[in-house]
Amino acid sequence: MTSAVASELTAELRGFREVQQLSYACAEAVAAQLKPGVTERQAARMQREWLYERGVKDWFHRPFAWFGDRTAFVDFKIPLQFFPTDRRLEAGMPFILDMAPVHKGYTADIGYSGCLGLNPLHDKLLADLRDHRELILREVRERRTLREIYEDVDRLMVRQGYANRHRAYPFGVIAHKIDRVRERRFAPTLFGFGTQSLKGLASDALRGHRDGWSPLWSPYKFSDHPPTPGLWAVEPHLGFRGTGAKFEEILVVTDSRDPEQSAFWLDDDLPHVRRWNEGAV
Amino acid sequence: MAGAGLEGARERRVRTGGIELCVAELGDADRPTVLLVHGYPDSKEVWSEVAVRLAEEFHVVLYDVRGHGRSTAPAPLRGGFTLEKLTDDFLAVADAVSPDRPVHLVGHDWGSVQSWEFVTVRRTEGRIASFTSVSGPSLDHFGHWIKSRMTRPTPRRVGQLLGQGAKSWYVYMLHTPALPELAWRGPLGRRWPKLLERVERIPAGDYPTASLPDDAATGAWLYRDNVRARMLRPRPDAFAHAPVQLITPTGDAFLSERLYDDLGTWVPELTRRSLPAKHWVPRTRPDQLAAWITDFVRTHEEPAARAPRPVAETAARSGVRPEYAERFGGQLVLVTGAAGGIGRATAFAFAEAGARVVAVDRDAEGAARTAEMARLIGAPDAWGEAVDVSDEQAMEKLAAKVAAEYGIVDVLVNNAGIGLTGSFFETSSEEWKRVLDVNLWGVIHGCRVFGAQMAERGQGGHIVNTASAAAFQPSRALSAYSTSKAAVLMLSECLRAELAGRDIGVSAICPGIVNTGITATTRFAGVTDPAEEKRRQRKASRLYGLRNYPPEKVADAILGAVLHDRAVVPVTPEAHGVHALSRLAPGVLRTLARWQPPA
Repeated sequence: MTSAVASELTAELRGFREVQQLSYACAEAVAAQLKPGVTERQAARMQREWLYERGVKDWFHRPFAWFGDRTAFVDFKIPLQFFPTDRRLEAGMPFILDMAPVHKGYTADIGYSGCLGLNPLHDKLLADLRDHRELILREVRERRTLREIYEDVDRLMVRQGYANRHRAYPFGVIAHKIDRVRERRFAPTLFGFGTQSLKGLASDALRGHRDGWSPLWSPYKFSDHPPTPGLWAVEPHLGFRGTGAKFEEILVVTDSRDPEQSAFWLDDDLPHVRRWNEGAV
Repeated sequence: MAGAGLEGARERRVRTGGIELCVAELGDADRPTVLLVHGYPDSKEVWSEVAVRLAEEFHVVLYDVRGHGRSTAPAPLRGGFTLEKLTDDFLAVADAVSPDRPVHLVGHDWGSVQSWEFVTVRRTEGRIASFTSVSGPSLDHFGHWIKSRMTRPTPRRVGQLLGQGAKSWYVYMLHTPALPELAWRGPLGRRWPKLLERVERIPAGDYPTASLPDDAATGAWLYRDNVRARMLRPRPDAFAHAPVQLITPTGDAFLSERLYDDLGTWVPELTRRSLPAKHWVPRTRPDQLAAWITDFVRTHEEPAARAPRPVAETAARSGVRPEYAERFGGQLVLVTGAAGGIGRATAFAFAEAGARVVAVDRDAEGAARTAEMARLIGAPDAWGEAVDVSDEQAMEKLAAKVAAEYGIVDVLVNNAGIGLTGSFFETSSEEWKRVLDVNLWGVIHGCRVFGAQMAERGQGGHIVNTASAAAFQPSRALSAYSTSKAAVLMLSECLRAELAGRDIGVSAICPGIVNTGITATTRFAGVTDPAEEKRRQRKASRLYGLRNYPPEKVADAILGAVLHDRAVVPVTPEAHGVHALSRLAPGVLRTLARWQPPA
């Protein structure tokens, strides 16, 4: 890789990193304002407005908010149940804020798990997510197939005593590709997903179908291929009897031979990573 | 001289309202005071077993209610037993034994009936820190209960009225003049101890005391002085001013469980407990009673313990059924094979209900992990133990350790099992041995060592054995596994019959196809190539994953089986199907058995 390409890549990555930072800042700002009685709809609107104010015009998907046992997707049967409801936040309840804004043409997709007050169980889940972050990066660098990695994550969850809740996402994905999106004046959403982003995902899917890969990282046969270069929004989601926790952030996969460079997390300065590092000190 | 079974008690007489009460005290007088009130026909000695257990931690006080035991009777008897006078007695005793601090009240039967009066009248406010009610409703609440059912008699409510009406036969008898006195002083008094032993399964010993015929004859006035008055005109303001723990024996011949349905409106701070036992729980379940009283007193004695525990929240959120929490709170539950699958889910379900959990598995790390998570979701305590259930000596050591350190197991779940599939002729004798060692001998060892402890304690318990739908469904591909599980099923049925007399229930659970780790470790007889074995394990796991029946539902079935003392419990729809077919059309199952699953 020439230095020109590298610097170009870096500039591009910087764009993604900025929007990811912006999203996490939004999550932290909204989380700080959550108090007992706030509904999921209100929390979703708070995220939307915070991001609109900072120049976000389009979405990969509009912000979600899940409270209480909805963080573990208890009794989720149809995808419509992902949308925010009038569930009210109570003391001790876990919550998840999940948003995917497009900013200056760059997309981020993040998930922020928190809890209103003390909840030792939720702390435990958050702490245990660390092993998943390390496992995923390690195995992507080893160029295992995505399906294999998915199954290994699954096994780790079972060993930890948790249920795999990303299975509830559309196609059961643990991750999906994200990309740049052309900015348009008119940016409608379809079932909460930005049409521009869906178009990108669909064309990736089509291309991938011809070349034997998929932009969706699932437990199914179409993910039985080594990681493809690009940006993956990875979102392992643990569930334990009515309490759920996840993180979601961008994993960069390149075609570099150097294992360190072949895959890396876009940014290590994120709330959940900081939390683990502080805990370790 | 102290009464029977109350060795070491300090005794004193308390004078009040022209009579003298005999009061016994045990334990350190500086500790919180627990006041035990006996019922009818009893004297304070009914509490002897519970009192000695409580005395290790508390200042325990018992007294003979007026006219009972060695307290004197009022003269005349008529009008001498009103609840107002009984309240005077209580206040006199409380002032004598604990003048500065409120007491923790515990009542059984009529002791509970009068204690309800104590906690619902204004003049005792500040004198009662908590009240544990066992088998005795408030007469006022009872009166309102009847009234509300008479004024709106839906079929269900009429049924409840008739049910309790039939259980109250002895109350009507006690209202006849002279007859009860004659019976108690005559044949009934003589036969009472044998009757209790046979019907109520009360262990023979120094209870009931020699004063019983007189206690019972005089005590009839408790009913005559109060029941009619309160049933006709129940007080409208009988609200409890102290936290109440309600312990309901589910096998009570005299009181319906439904009596307490509306209790929440009368008691702001109500904790419910249920116990599979008959009426005289202070005699038949002293351990459990003492444990629940201790827990309740501690909670309301130490402000730190009153802080809301995460238990309630987690429980509310994940929807743990209240009847599970009422029944299993504080009980000791041991689960084998608890590092994964059904065992782990069962341990968690019991933990959520507030039970103390011992998670046993060959996999030490997995067992410890189960215990750790169990503590986080509500188990007051949980321990992981690394033991191979097929190892008899290890199991005996475990049983000794559990008994010494954690207590006697209340619920035992023999769940550990391994899979083995393949033709009979390809199954080596080592493989046969291994499967029978774990699946059958593991259960036998568990039942022997822990069942023996339960039986010896003589206070009930429950054993759950995980069998399988393969216990009804023969298959050419599962001869060893099915044999082991059919044996577990029959063992459970036999043991159920044998232990019924000791109040120990035995259930066999037949899950069916459940998404657990059993497929990942299943042996395939005749397959020697490790890669081929891996492939088949993966394939089986994938199929079980597609079926995706969660082990949590099996755990729920296990808790339900213990709660309702069910004998054989198929869980998945296919398990129900083969269970029904095995009885209606076994030929169909035999045909199915010939099917050879593809490799």
